Amino acid sequence: MTLSGPARWALRVFMGVGLTFIYVPLLLVLVNSFNGDRTFAWPPHDLTTRWWAAAWENDGARQALITSVRAGLGATVIALVLGTMVAFAVQRFAFFGRDTVSLLIVLPIALPGIVTGIALDSAWRSVMGDLGIGKGMFSVIVGHATFCVVTVYNNVLARLRRTGTNLEDASADLGASPSQTFRFVTFPLIRSALLAGGLLAFALSFDEIIVTTFTAGPGVTTLPIWIFNNLFRPNQAPIVNVVAAVLIVLSVIPVWLAQRLAGPEAGASRT
Amino acid sequence: MSYLHRHPRLRLAALLSAPLLWLVVAYLGALTVLLVSAFWTVNGFTGGVVREFSLANFRTLLTEEVYRAVTLRSLGVAAAVTAICVVLAVPMAFFMAKVASARSRHWLVIAILTPLWASYLVKAYAWRILLANGGPIDTLLGGPGNGPGYGLFATILVLAYLWLPYMILPIYAGLERLPDSLLEASADLGARAGRTLRAVVLPILIPSIFAGSIFTFSLSLGDYIAVQIVGGKTQLIGNLVYANIGAANNLPFAAAIATIPVVIMVIYLVAVRRSGALEEL
Repeated sequence: MTLSGPARWALRVFMGVGLTFIYVPLLLVLVNSFNGDRTFAWPPHDLTTRWWAAAWENDGARQALITSVRAGLGATVIALVLGTMVAFAVQRFAFFGRDTVSLLIVLPIALPGIVTGIALDSAWRSVMGDLGIGKGMFSVIVGHATFCVVTVYNNVLARLRRTGTNLEDASADLGASPSQTFRFVTFPLIRSALLAGGLLAFALSFDEIIVTTFTAGPGVTTLPIWIFNNLFRPNQAPIVNVVAAVLIVLSVIPVWLAQRLAGPEAGASRT
Repeated sequence: MSYLHRHPRLRLAALLSAPLLWLVVAYLGALTVLLVSAFWTVNGFTGGVVREFSLANFRTLLTEEVYRAVTLRSLGVAAAVTAICVVLAVPMAFFMAKVASARSRHWLVIAILTPLWASYLVKAYAWRILLANGGPIDTLLGGPGNGPGYGLFATILVLAYLWLPYMILPIYAGLERLPDSLLEASADLGARAGRTLRAVVLPILIPSIFAGSIFTFSLSLGDYIAVQIVGGKTQLIGNLVYANIGAANNLPFAAAIATIPVVIMVIYLVAVRRSGALEEL
């Protein structure tokens, strides 16, 4: 389609406005973290780095960060194992109910988070509680892993579709055992997809608040929960500002890494 | 290992057993418990859950006006958010896929992806600051109280902001697969830009738009946190579920309310499945 010059310019302007819309709020949080006022005042009167120092010293935020990292790692490991297994099953085999399996994997992110959250909550109260397993870190990891499987699944499935099985067949023809083929051919082929999928799973878990709210036992405070708990406390506002700013800066890392590892399509969806 | 190698069915079973066990037990099992407990009730005196089948919760949902109002409001918010996202995303994705140079395309994808991984809460919080009484938007519009403040409009705006990348990316992916030669052929055959958009681009975009809408719709329908942060007094389905679990401590009724978004999403998924949207997720 040959677009006229003005049409191209209109689209370019639209893109610029769209990107401004996306980035202005994020920049505002960054600026605000240096705001000298304790109560938010716009525009800021003076700039200071003392909130950054205070946030660094804040015990609650630090503990929450550690909890989030642990939950994220647990969920990512489970998602990596389960997601890879399903991806291989769906890509390498034709079987009855294959579409149902892929729908089942997508379901936890296609249904609202509050449904997943309250479902796990009621399962824990009605069943697991009776079995003597209370809510805690374990229930958080179970909840996160359930919706993280899909990110690994999608990444590995896309990679398996692209690479095909020729190299594995060649390896088998040349006399390699199945385990050798997996170690020297299959695994290296999917390694970067695993890394990208795992990274996205971790980021998804790290950011999740709704499912966490419903599955966290007493004393399990992830970073999003900590932020939410402190969001409406005026005394904590400057520290929340800094934590928010840090999270914006850190969000560049997974995108950058995923791009490097698996090409532009990695992380091209929430899934 | 070699035994497994000779028996593909066994290999398939070995691959599928653990993931299916997880998803069926942990996820479908939990959803089943949710559905079952929606038919339970809470004893008004003891506050304990009475595990007996009863339609009382659903009767309340159907007869009391407030639940119908909240459901319709949530549907309206989800539809409005989805519409805003489509209107913003189509031109942006089109520019990224078909107008920008290959080099800037790469950077634009990164620019769209990065905020996706910035924390949900941080983004909602940013809007709380922007929309605050006397905040930047008020200042821009000429003084405190001139901006929209907190409320239903703010909720729709913030949700649209939060889910916009989920709409841009599938549309971009769909457009990227559309060969330029097809657009040129259409032009060669005499179609103007508008005709090409309608007859060539749009049919290819429909499944991508539906794929994106599954996220924008579902995420808006279940949200209660952004609503708490910028919604003022606005209530959506998610807030009702949350209030009944927390303050009211009525898990069965919360479960009954939670079946509303499930039913809506299942109907939506079935409706858009025929367009091929699920393959675009």
